[in-house]
Amino acid sequence: MSEVMVFAENNGERIHPVSYELLGKGRELTDKLEGDLSATLLSGEQLPAEELVYRGADRVYRGTDPALSEPVETSYKEALVSLISEVNPEVILIGATNFGRSLAPRIAMALDTSLTADCTGLDIDEEKNFVQIRPAFSGNILAHIKSRTSPQLATVRYKEFAEADRNEEREGEVVEVKVKISREGAEKVKIIEEKRGRRVNLEDAEVVVAGGRGLKKESDMQLVEDLADTFGGKVGASRPLVDDGWIEREHQVGYSGKRVKPGIYIACGISGQSQHLAGMKESDTIIAINNDPSAPIFEYADYGLVGNLYEIVPELIRQLKEGN
Amino acid sequence: MRDLTFIVLIKQVPDMDQVEFDYEEGRVDRSSAPLEPNPFDLNALEEAVKYKEELGGEVIAISMGPKQAESTLKDAIARGADEGILLQGREFAGSDTWATSLALGHAIEAVGDFDLIFSGEKTVDGDTGQVGPEVAEFLNIPHIAFVSGVKARKEDEVEVVSESWGATYVKSMELPGLITLTKDVNEPRLPSFKDKQKARKAKIANWGVEDIGIDQENLGITGSPTRVANMEVPPPEKRESMLLREDPGSAVNQLLEKLDLGRSK
Ligand SMILES: Cc1cc2nc3c(=O)[nH]c(=O)nc-3n(C[C@H](O)[C@H](O)[C@H](O)COP(=O)(O)OP(=O)(O)OC[C@H]3O[C@@H](n4cnc5c(N)ncnc54)[C@H](O)[C@@H]3O)c2cc1C
Ligand SMILES: Nc1ncnc2c1ncn2[C@@H]1O[C@H](COP(=O)(O)O)[C@@H](O)[C@H]1O
Repeated sequence: MSEVMVFAENNGERIHPVSYELLGKGRELTDKLEGDLSATLLSGEQLPAEELVYRGADRVYRGTDPALSEPVETSYKEALVSLISEVNPEVILIGATNFGRSLAPRIAMALDTSLTADCTGLDIDEEKNFVQIRPAFSGNILAHIKSRTSPQLATVRYKEFAEADRNEEREGEVVEVKVKISREGAEKVKIIEEKRGRRVNLEDAEVVVAGGRGLKKESDMQLVEDLADTFGGKVGASRPLVDDGWIEREHQVGYSGKRVKPGIYIACGISGQSQHLAGMKESDTIIAINNDPSAPIFEYADYGLVGNLYEIVPELIRQLKEGN
Repeated sequence: MRDLTFIVLIKQVPDMDQVEFDYEEGRVDRSSAPLEPNPFDLNALEEAVKYKEELGGEVIAISMGPKQAESTLKDAIARGADEGILLQGREFAGSDTWATSLALGHAIEAVGDFDLIFSGEKTVDGDTGQVGPEVAEFLNIPHIAFVSGVKARKEDEVEVVSESWGATYVKSMELPGLITLTKDVNEPRLPSFKDKQKARKAKIANWGVEDIGIDQENLGITGSPTRVANMEVPPPEKRESMLLREDPGSAVNQLLEKLDLGRSK
């Protein structure tokens, strides 16, 4: 029986929502493979497993060990490699978060098996081959990848697939697994400090208002912030503003920053270079404000306001507030 | 105590701003663009050179690729590397990340003792970010990925900042180890004219399959666990854009009407 295993990334408190998306997609794959869907829940202190069952897991492997309370890849790798060797899943899906993309390659190398990064499409073809679709060349091409080893590992982008339906009637088995970790590996990487909370969660924002080099000075970021506040949205930025230290890098949108898909994306004074587009072109509605009518951003926007952002942004704020 | 040895993994890639994509044929025309060092790898190199400047030692740049990748290694030398090694030969061509990591791992073992390996966060063509952590696993050393800042450089330990689990962490790692660097970590220096001239004359060691003692079966298309079944080149997702060029007042008004936000909430 072929099993599809989903790695349920968590920070000890919350399961990352990409895990529910993987369960949704995983169910589709298991239907085609006529197999089972499982989830692996590893953490420092025991976490409730029901949610993963409600989202479709036939089985949850739960492993708890203090070494798993921190994001140290070697500990997670050891725990997963021993579990994988025991249950032999055919396919393993891991969220393409920073942690997932750092952990998955270690597992692939340890098991000498295939790994496809950052997938945006997954399917089973007629010959029951697992097909992984992923962007490459900075997002300019889509490669269809097949593997010739087992298990087949893939990391999958967040917000690419719909979350699995939640159904509290669903039943599944929770298997407590013995975590096998050699302490010496875990001791090589130590956490000195952890900063949680203050970080912006751009990926989940419904509205992102981003500023670019069209802004003339650092204090003008306020304009972008005001517009974001008016929408109840979050502030993004193009790379040069981050490089200049006008805003922290957590706000950077693009190929080397965050990839966002909000309902509304407003680009203020951003030209629309491919590296910026890579981070926002999938937004539902894109609005561009730029005084250069030939700026590439206009070709990727639904609405283009051609003009001076120093006039347009305050006007936008004014009219939005009036409308309230 | 022996000198510190730093290794930088650096790949030659096409300049993404110039590479042409054939949307009809579904091909990438690699010959259309000039080749350059992978941008993220220059951040990796810069960090290695900084480490050396602080504590002394040697920086060795290693690349796997065709003969012309020698120019990327010479570029690395101009930017502060002491030595360049190119893994080169037909056998290596077409390797996926697993096979590439295996080859780079064997080459590093052939170099001998090392302290810290630096790789880019990802390449702009392969775009996986897998090679760094796979090399670390092959060598059985710890790694920290997506490093955005280096806080302390020591002989037996490095302290870095990286993001994980939706939080920012400061971590220390015992050496030998490997880190993968993001573009935020530093601003790579530009080589001086003099350094460039000197690097032009540098000798790049060319190593083949025998030099690193790797089983050829594990390399290339046949040795790779993954293969590209086919490739699509989707045309850029342009949108039917509605341009509003009126005075700000009426342009904004039109926009809000279209968005149906004029009277929202
Ligand atoms: C490997 C690599 C990774 C990269 N990653 C990223 C990334 O993740 N994110 C990113 O953003 N970039 C990234 N870049 C950089 C990218 O190539 C561009 O340099 C960058 O996006 C340009 O930012 P910008 O649009 O703000 O600036 P510019 O290109 O300078 O554009 C500024 C725009 O503002 C307009 N403007 C000026 N004044 C006004 C005004 N008063 N009113 C209205 N409009 C005005 C101008 O017409 C212009 O179009 C990366 C580059 C590389 C090589
Ligand atoms: N052929 C190669 N030669 C040397 N280093 C490489 C090669 N391929 C990948 N790397 C290194 O691994 C990193 C991640 O590459 P990738 O997994 O292809 O995205 C790069 O930034 C380089 O540091």
